[in-house]
Amino acid sequence: MNAQNKRLPGGGRIDRSYPVEFSFDGQKMAGYRGDTLASALLANGVTLVGRSFKYHRPRGILSAGPEEPNALVTLGTAGRREPNLPATTLELGEGMAAESQNRWPSLAFDVQSVNGLFAPFLSAGFYYKTFMGPTRRAWKVYEHFIRKAAGLGRAGTEPDPDRYEVRHAFADVAIVGGGPAGLSAARAAAAAGARVALIEQDFLLGGQLLAERSDGAAASWLNQIEAELKSFDTVTLMKRTSAFGVYDGNVIGLVEQRDQVGPPRTGEARQTVTLLRARSIVFATGAIERPMVFANNDRPGVMLASAARTYLNRFAVLPGRKVIVTAVNDGAWRTAFDYAAAGAEVTVADLRAAPPTALVAEAARIGVTVRTATRIVDLHGGRAVRGATLAGPYGQSEAACDLVCVSGGWSPTVHLTSHLGVKPRYREDIDGFVPGAFPADRFGAGAMMGNYATADAIEGGHRAGVEAASFCGKSAPVSAPSKLDLGETITTMLREIPSAQGGKAFVDFQMDVTTKDVELAHREGYEAVEHLKRYTTLGMGTDQGKTSNFLALSAMAALRGATVPETGTTTFRPPFTPVAIGALAGRATGHHFKPFRRTPMHDLHLANGADMLEVGLWMRPWFYKQSGADVNEAYVAEMRNVRQAAGLMDISTLGKIDVQGPDAATFLDRVYANGFAKLPVGRARYGVMLRDDGIVFDDGTTTRLAENRFFMTTSTAKAADVLSRLEFLLDTAWPELRVAITSVSDEWAAMSVAGPKSRAILGAAFPSLDVSNEALPHMGLHESQWEGCALRIVRLSYSGERAYEIYVGATAGEQLWSRLLEAGRPFDLKPYGVEALGALRVEKGHVAGPEIDGRTTLDDLGLGRMVGKRSSFVGDVLRRRPALLAPDRQRLVGLECIEDGKRLRGGAILFLPGEKAHGHGRGRITSVTFSPERGHYVGLALLAGDVATEGSEVVAVYPMKAETVRARIVSPVFLDPQGERLHG
Amino acid sequence: MLRIECPCCGPRDHDEFRYGGDASVSRPTHDDPDPEAWYAYVYVRKNPAGLHREFWQHVIGCRQWLVVERDTRNHVVSSVTFARTSRA
Repeated sequence: MNAQNKRLPGGGRIDRSYPVEFSFDGQKMAGYRGDTLASALLANGVTLVGRSFKYHRPRGILSAGPEEPNALVTLGTAGRREPNLPATTLELGEGMAAESQNRWPSLAFDVQSVNGLFAPFLSAGFYYKTFMGPTRRAWKVYEHFIRKAAGLGRAGTEPDPDRYEVRHAFADVAIVGGGPAGLSAARAAAAAGARVALIEQDFLLGGQLLAERSDGAAASWLNQIEAELKSFDTVTLMKRTSAFGVYDGNVIGLVEQRDQVGPPRTGEARQTVTLLRARSIVFATGAIERPMVFANNDRPGVMLASAARTYLNRFAVLPGRKVIVTAVNDGAWRTAFDYAAAGAEVTVADLRAAPPTALVAEAARIGVTVRTATRIVDLHGGRAVRGATLAGPYGQSEAACDLVCVSGGWSPTVHLTSHLGVKPRYREDIDGFVPGAFPADRFGAGAMMGNYATADAIEGGHRAGVEAASFCGKSAPVSAPSKLDLGETITTMLREIPSAQGGKAFVDFQMDVTTKDVELAHREGYEAVEHLKRYTTLGMGTDQGKTSNFLALSAMAALRGATVPETGTTTFRPPFTPVAIGALAGRATGHHFKPFRRTPMHDLHLANGADMLEVGLWMRPWFYKQSGADVNEAYVAEMRNVRQAAGLMDISTLGKIDVQGPDAATFLDRVYANGFAKLPVGRARYGVMLRDDGIVFDDGTTTRLAENRFFMTTSTAKAADVLSRLEFLLDTAWPELRVAITSVSDEWAAMSVAGPKSRAILGAAFPSLDVSNEALPHMGLHESQWEGCALRIVRLSYSGERAYEIYVGATAGEQLWSRLLEAGRPFDLKPYGVEALGALRVEKGHVAGPEIDGRTTLDDLGLGRMVGKRSSFVGDVLRRRPALLAPDRQRLVGLECIEDGKRLRGGAILFLPGEKAHGHGRGRITSVTFSPERGHYVGLALLAGDVATEGSEVVAVYPMKAETVRARIVSPVFLDPQGERLHG
Repeated sequence: MLRIECPCCGPRDHDEFRYGGDASVSRPTHDDPDPEAWYAYVYVRKNPAGLHREFWQHVIGCRQWLVVERDTRNHVVSSVTFARTSRA
């Protein structure tokens, strides 16, 4: 392969003084700065770029933009590997290493291209019909192989080392598209006084004007307007930036690629997502040329006519010297003329019987062969096109060629305008869909509105720019834009009726959907466009059917004998082009997405050998390494120490809410199922809250600090929900209650000293404090100051032992923790972690998250007696619904393991002895622990009330480990049922 | 991307808010013993294509509960008031 043997000696918008080296499938090649990967491949004579999705057919480069269905490559290695990138939008960068996709073992020789021979079996619906009928079992056998064979590029599996950013930006007028219409709109809006953001996917401004000669009138118009735009400091030019979606509130989602010139700089983002909020939007997104449908229309060397012209004029690449241009309109003739001027031998095959005489005369003048009422019916060649079969008024003939330029007309790029529900409207004169009526703050201009002439685009853009600025209240006088006449002619185009004689004729190149698939869908009744799409997978590729949508619609319309607008169009949804998930996430990955919350004593826990555990967002000590070799050994040791001596636990994660006001007691009386109005000052009480539907919401303790002031704690997990719910009730249900609530969760460090020696330890730590049972009884409160910080001690127990919850200002948390450990050393005080905490509460029969799971009632949990005959609290009425009182409802029981050497497991399903272990059983185990007190495993379970007789047996089945174990139903309180350890 | 004009804090992105459900249903008084009334309040909802009154809380802000009138067809927010002073 000669280096850049297809590159012309002069012209183009490439920087010949700046050569760029890159590789394709390992082969080193050279291009220039200003190339795309696609133009550089073409310059190097590469025609075969990829294999197709289903049939593994050889494919080349069809387009020169984001609509590309064929030339998809993978860039990068390891964590940077990114598949399915259109070569037509990749700015060539030094050292770029591209790989072709969907081929094995190599691009030139691909084993699965035999799929083409089995094509009759791979038609639309093949997998469904084959595997979902009576033979569905076969799916399990073949799925692995089918999944391996399907798909395009492979993503990397390693973490992405690159950085991405997400930012917000604002503008008066956002203009999407940097072609003649968009540029003109930007100039007008800026001159009117608006802050303008101009968004262009390409790395050059100009749109279709870049397909014009790089030294002509279009180029000078571009230079002039670009200079004008740069003179405004209110204009932001956003190149290399794709608008992928338009969202409520005129927010446009943008993704910006890194400038490929030069290696990445340290800390530079690979991609940046911008959420641009604009007061008004001008859409100037242009149009996408349609391919044509004939047998083997996917051969490498078939190219959209406008793309061929872009490669010639913008990139100075002559991809073919024997060119057939086939068209239904005038525009493609300009490609023919430019190729002829560049020295190619050109034939125009126009489907129309009488193209404009001016075009025919010009063709004659420069030696372009013209064949009217003639179409291509078949193409020959494998990895590159070699010849075409033409059919015209005088029958069929063969013609040699190495490039086939097709133009089946244009489809306005209405995708973005449709995202917010503006329905596309069919325009007969252009045989295409344009946006329907815009709301007042959105405008359209240029080819996107169906106005294909450059002069019209400039004029329309100008008008839209003035109106969009005026919508924002900016209406300074604006001079008329410079004119640009490219001498285009636009006469009526012909609807090409797709036909295929022999061979496959593709409507969707990326998804390998042929005319036969559309016919099959029609035959089987999938006539509606949305059904057609789903049945044939049409338009479901990474290109989202940008080139195929209209072809399929018109094919289906022809089959149905209906018009295109009757057939309708599918709904366009974001994203317009694929966006990497990493770009959307920006820096919000890992713990920047889900940050750690640390308690005030966090560093001390680490220093003291804690093995930390993530609990929700919190980092909590799981167990302490000095307690045992692993968690199972450690938690049992920590439990024993609490039961025999004392333990110290960090409980700062509890939600803490300060409740104040003359009606505070009334408020708590309503939100808790059990009464709080009569709670004496200086006393604490355990309380349970219900939801409006009668299900248990959360539990915790609340202490009455003064007549009108309470200190509430919630569970760690529900802290935010409880606060929000209480605020809701005060704001919406009972605004007449004079109550204020404030979260004080982060203001307090909290720790619990639990165990028979806890009182002695407290006395040692606070020598001046009267810790006697009379001064500080169970549920009693002490308030004072310690080291300049507020101190609250509430005698509360979760473990079942005598225990004190000690709250101190967060800044003094570490100091107090150290003081307690120091004072407790003679009493064997040791810190314990959440594993032991959970085990202690199971042994005591306290319910927690696994039991309060959003499905259980007070009665289910054995807490109904707390309520007695009270009423008028949240959830009271609906908790008495008959179904919630049914005798067979699952309710809380204790279980103890009665088989030696076996254990209970949380999540095990419970059956009666002798019952077949099948289905949902009679209940399940919610929490388990080894009980040092009992010497075997015990657990809490929810078990159907009609079989939950204490003393009888159940069988606990744990299918994940194929375990079955017998257990006895007992009281859920395994320890000290009279609560003697708490009192005294 | 919704923006809600918080009467306390000004226009803010919807990220700062928590959705709180239908604000057109009326809550029985706290001592109402009628199960039908509570059933209707908890479970019965309209699903209008058009104006919808709904609760939002400005959780990362003033923490006020608000009543927002939003058109479900185009997400245009037509009014925002404090829930305290705008009971249905």
